[in-house]
Amino acid sequence: MVKVKSLADLKKIKSELQSKLDLREKSEHPEKIVQVKVAMATCGIASGAKQVMDFMIEEFEKRGIDAVVTQTGCMGYCYAEPTIEVTVPGKEPIVFGYVNIQKADTIIEKYVKNGELVDGIIPVNYETIEKQ
Amino acid sequence: MHLLVCGGTGCRASESDAILENLQSTLAENNLDGEVQVVKTGCFGFCEKGPIVKVMPDNTFYTQVKPEDAKEIVAEHVIKGRKVNRLLYLDPENKEHVADSKHMGFYKKQIRIALRNCGFINPENIDEYISRDGYEALAKCITNMKPQEVIDEIKASGLRGRGGAGFPTGLKWEIASKNAADQKYVVCNADEGDPGAFMDRSVLEGDPHSVIEAMAICGYCMGATKGLVYIRAEYPLAIERLKIAIDQSREYGLLGEDILGTGFAFDLELRYGAGAFVCGEETALIHSMEGLRGEPTVKPPFPAEKGYLGKPSNVNNVETFANIPVIINKGAKWFASLGTEKSKGTKVFALAGKINNVGLIEVPMGTTLREIIFEIGGGIKDGKKFKAVQTGGPSGGCLTEKHLDTPIDYDNLIASGSMMGSGGMIVMDEDDCMVSIAKYYLDFTVEESCGKCTPCRVGNKRLYEILDKITQGNGTMEDIDKLRNLSNVIRDTSLCGLGQTSPNPVLSTLDNFYDEYLAHIKDHKCPAGQCKALMQYVINQEACVGCTACARVCPVNAISGERKKPHTIDTAICIKCGACYEKCKFDAIFIN
Amino acid sequence: MRNQRMELVNITIDGKTVEVEKGSTILEAAKLIGVDVPTLCYMNMGDMHIEHKPGGCRICVVEVEGRRNLAPSCVTPVTPGMKVNTHSIRVLNARRTVLELMLSDHPFDCLICAKSGNCDLQSLAQRLGIREIPYQGEHSTYRIDTSPSIIREMDKCIMCRRCETMCNEVQTVGALSAVNRGFDAVVAPAFEMNLDHSPCTYCGQCISVCPTGALTEVDHTRQVINALADPTKTVIVQTAPAVRVALGEEFGMEPGTIVTGKMAAALRKLGFNYVFDTDFAADLTIMEEGAELLGRLNGFLAGDKSVRLPILTSCCPAWVKFFEHNFSDLLDVPSTARSPQQMFGAIAKTYFADKIKVKREDLVVVSIMPCVAKKYECSRDEFAVDGNPDVDFSLSTRELAQFIKQANIDFNSLGDEDFDRPLGESTGAGVIFGTTGGVIEAAVRTAYELQTGKTLDKVDFQQIRGLENVRYASVDVDGFELKIGIAHGLGNARKLLEDVRAGKSEFHAIEIMACPGGCIGGGGQPYHHGDVSILKARAKAIYREDAGKSIRKSHENPYIIQLYNEFLGKPLSDKSHHLLHTHYFDRQDDVFVD
Repeated sequence: MVKVKSLADLKKIKSELQSKLDLREKSEHPEKIVQVKVAMATCGIASGAKQVMDFMIEEFEKRGIDAVVTQTGCMGYCYAEPTIEVTVPGKEPIVFGYVNIQKADTIIEKYVKNGELVDGIIPVNYETIEKQ
Repeated sequence: MHLLVCGGTGCRASESDAILENLQSTLAENNLDGEVQVVKTGCFGFCEKGPIVKVMPDNTFYTQVKPEDAKEIVAEHVIKGRKVNRLLYLDPENKEHVADSKHMGFYKKQIRIALRNCGFINPENIDEYISRDGYEALAKCITNMKPQEVIDEIKASGLRGRGGAGFPTGLKWEIASKNAADQKYVVCNADEGDPGAFMDRSVLEGDPHSVIEAMAICGYCMGATKGLVYIRAEYPLAIERLKIAIDQSREYGLLGEDILGTGFAFDLELRYGAGAFVCGEETALIHSMEGLRGEPTVKPPFPAEKGYLGKPSNVNNVETFANIPVIINKGAKWFASLGTEKSKGTKVFALAGKINNVGLIEVPMGTTLREIIFEIGGGIKDGKKFKAVQTGGPSGGCLTEKHLDTPIDYDNLIASGSMMGSGGMIVMDEDDCMVSIAKYYLDFTVEESCGKCTPCRVGNKRLYEILDKITQGNGTMEDIDKLRNLSNVIRDTSLCGLGQTSPNPVLSTLDNFYDEYLAHIKDHKCPAGQCKALMQYVINQEACVGCTACARVCPVNAISGERKKPHTIDTAICIKCGACYEKCKFDAIFIN
Repeated sequence: MRNQRMELVNITIDGKTVEVEKGSTILEAAKLIGVDVPTLCYMNMGDMHIEHKPGGCRICVVEVEGRRNLAPSCVTPVTPGMKVNTHSIRVLNARRTVLELMLSDHPFDCLICAKSGNCDLQSLAQRLGIREIPYQGEHSTYRIDTSPSIIREMDKCIMCRRCETMCNEVQTVGALSAVNRGFDAVVAPAFEMNLDHSPCTYCGQCISVCPTGALTEVDHTRQVINALADPTKTVIVQTAPAVRVALGEEFGMEPGTIVTGKMAAALRKLGFNYVFDTDFAADLTIMEEGAELLGRLNGFLAGDKSVRLPILTSCCPAWVKFFEHNFSDLLDVPSTARSPQQMFGAIAKTYFADKIKVKREDLVVVSIMPCVAKKYECSRDEFAVDGNPDVDFSLSTRELAQFIKQANIDFNSLGDEDFDRPLGESTGAGVIFGTTGGVIEAAVRTAYELQTGKTLDKVDFQQIRGLENVRYASVDVDGFELKIGIAHGLGNARKLLEDVRAGKSEFHAIEIMACPGGCIGGGGQPYHHGDVSILKARAKAIYREDAGKSIRKSHENPYIIQLYNEFLGKPLSDKSHHLLHTHYFDRQDDVFVD
């Protein structure tokens, strides 16, 4: 691992990372790479987020969909755990709540494959600091 | 095209299911059901203007939609592409219809600063943190700013401690920076103990690097090379993620010796707490870290003077730290533009209780309780009536209807008889008995008092006992005087914040729900029907058919009556087990 | 001292302005102008460097203008221009309510409580005029824990934590600390084990400072009365040096009043067959310990590498138990001489029993001690012959006073009487055992003369005396510089012992007394309520008693000389070893949870 030795270093690493992420989003076949974030804080895990995450990783593989599934922290929607955020390239990220394995299956089949929305979307209701 | 129909409890209560059906059938009639999809969503939080229908992808936000509006939405918007103006959200300020929901002030109700990365980044990957400006604030501080400049920036931001007391953070850092010593310590209080509050855990689980970065900045400001995170042993995931994050920061050279070639050194260690509420008090926390009994000592000396191992120490809470990098990156001025005159920035609240959208929210200081409960929180569960909201954890107070429009900040909450605390917010509805609620909180403080000072050790116990007596129906009017006097004395004489605030639930319920106390004492009735000792099971003589099912199930033979004739319950014998109530098929038994 | 430019602060208390040093507390400032703010947990023994102010009881709260809540005056520092009201209605109500709360969790045992009349809680309830307790509720209850010396009745504990300070900070014993939380919080040994399974040394300093009856000594008066009433028993009594300068306090006399003669008279009235003096045995201790010191010293000077120096005194039973627990690697360092109490018992049940032709089992030896550890000491197995202890019962100064009152003896009007012979004759050297530094001074008086063969002209070694925690002195013994260390209080002793363990100690001899002040401040003495001037007066009295003695060196005590001639032979003889010396045990494994 390379040590960050200066502010310039840090900025360089940051821009490299951002362009790598950009690349992932704006690759030549954007329709193929799907990003899924699973809220894996204690509350999410307790409601079954781990099983959902494992299921999605496996199923994307099986169904030949190019996707990245990562964990993230609590999104704040405790009433609707487990929650996941799905970003289909070119579209706004969408948060789904109450995701169990059946629901995850539906999301892959309907939303990821066909762009059809499914029930249980959690509307975004806050601003990020970037927009400020 | 998608039509999103809110499926939240509030909207469903106002027939959003019918809207959904009507939309679907209208689309089918027009053979559009293949192209346009109708989807039920979770709560938009905007229940005040519900039911909501949102059209994607153009972000049209229709409010107060009725089932019969479905036809018009399809005919006008879907088919002709013309928005239905009368259903658009009306901006309360300029009275104009807002066509694109992105321009609705509603979204400004929540701004995520402390929670900025929670739910966005993979907390176990430092790269994702760095790609979102991570460690830039630290780099900026140690390469371009003098410690005092950083302190001045924090002071100018107006940031106050998010752990409860609301002490100005910059000032705290400045005091600690001025006390010379061979070793100083930065301490992070991650001993979240308020029942119902879990924002600190969320931050540590979702964005551990922000806390690490902020602690390093604090270390730079006060001249400390060591940081300690006092974290609850019951937070294993937070501990694991924090450890991973610390390791990654060390690998990147962002913790350790000579950070970014500046000569500044800083490193972190974890200390585990056993989850004692009192260890959230900074002197008790320090004693616990030292291996001593977790109990507070009188201040002064303050930790800034004599803290961990007798050295100058600065203790801040997780959420406070999580704000720091943003303040440095975006500037004090930006931060101070949010919030109220004396409380700047945002505050994370954990919404719990009888509220639809239980969860974590982050709102600018000055947001009203009404906005939080009814617009973000989605209102009261099952359409019940709002009664009170408890803020500030067990030492806070219960606020009522009349406080709903008070902008929330440190000072207003105290003026209303409650406090900010760490941001727990427990909502109560008409079914909650306020005497029992006060008793519940006292039970907690009795359990969590360290026992060092008399008023807290014995006084809270006596408060609890008096409240218990009242809920048993044995209270007297003299008990009310005792409650008041005891509460005032406990508040006035206790050693630490725990005791000084523990009577708040009693005092605030006495102030706001005096009638409920009177009902318990004078009428021997619990208006909310919660106090078992005061309940009476009664058989409605009209409705009873004399089936004898109740009498057969009664374990103490309190029910008598001839077959096919109305039965009666002898209340002197009844133990209020409720078995008859469950058994009766004719709804003839009711609770008085 | 003004010229040192101390920073001064002006504050107003109850309308009066007072100028005090910066850093003073409100309580200290109030005292300066005669405002007596009631306190309960607070304790300050200034010259002893013992201060306890946890700010826990909240009795001393006062109102400070501009402050949100009431301030505990014992820990709140003054600030310039501060305006304090010590008895506003708000303060009086709060103080009263806090006390009522405390009493609401306190048993109403005053009628039969050992502390009644001497109880700080009781006095405070009277002072604040409490006549009823409006806040009734559950009482905290704990099992009564009995040990050889100390009874813990924690139902009476008010969590002032004074005992904890004594046990941990002053004594560094670490037997008592707060356990549990909230209403269940109580001071107890770890895991609430029994005291006799803890490292407790029975020094009794916890008892000395306990404001209530939560910690008291095990009362043996009843057993002594039974022995006195038994016609088949000959009951003899010995009285320790520090008792005679403190007992008078229990009868309203000024601290420091010497009541040796009245005490002997009272003991005789109580029915003891012989009234003897532990001071006699103290002289005997000097003979044995002095000989041991000289033996080791001369061996050391002759180049014998196996000699262990310094030698440590061993007359204090709490100290003995302390090093058995904490310094079990150094068991060969202390003197093997038994304590005066035990030497007395051993001689009484052999030499004296033979003299008066009473069988051992018919002779009952009672000791009057300023100490509660002595109760434990006389129960130690090695100080018994076939289960018959050398000393049967040990009573504290307080128990004796109580016994005298019980027997309708008007102590104040008693005439002075002498001790009986032969075990009642003592020298000034025996007397000064009662205060810190006394044992070593007595030893030097004798060792000097025995070593040099010269007469010591000046027997008062001022450099050894005083109340400083740790003192050092060197004495010129005919050209040889004898280096002496003195510590009182076990925490201070620990420091000296750690040096010994590390091989850094320069001393040839070290005197250690477990209690601050030595035996005058013993755990069995009349309660001083934190007033150090009482201890000082007792120490002065000890030296006055010494100065008034015609013989002031132990080896000149004619009855000691006679004892050696008739019975023991010479110091460190086989008989001496058998009767007057002992050995020590490793007690590291004696600590366990029940």
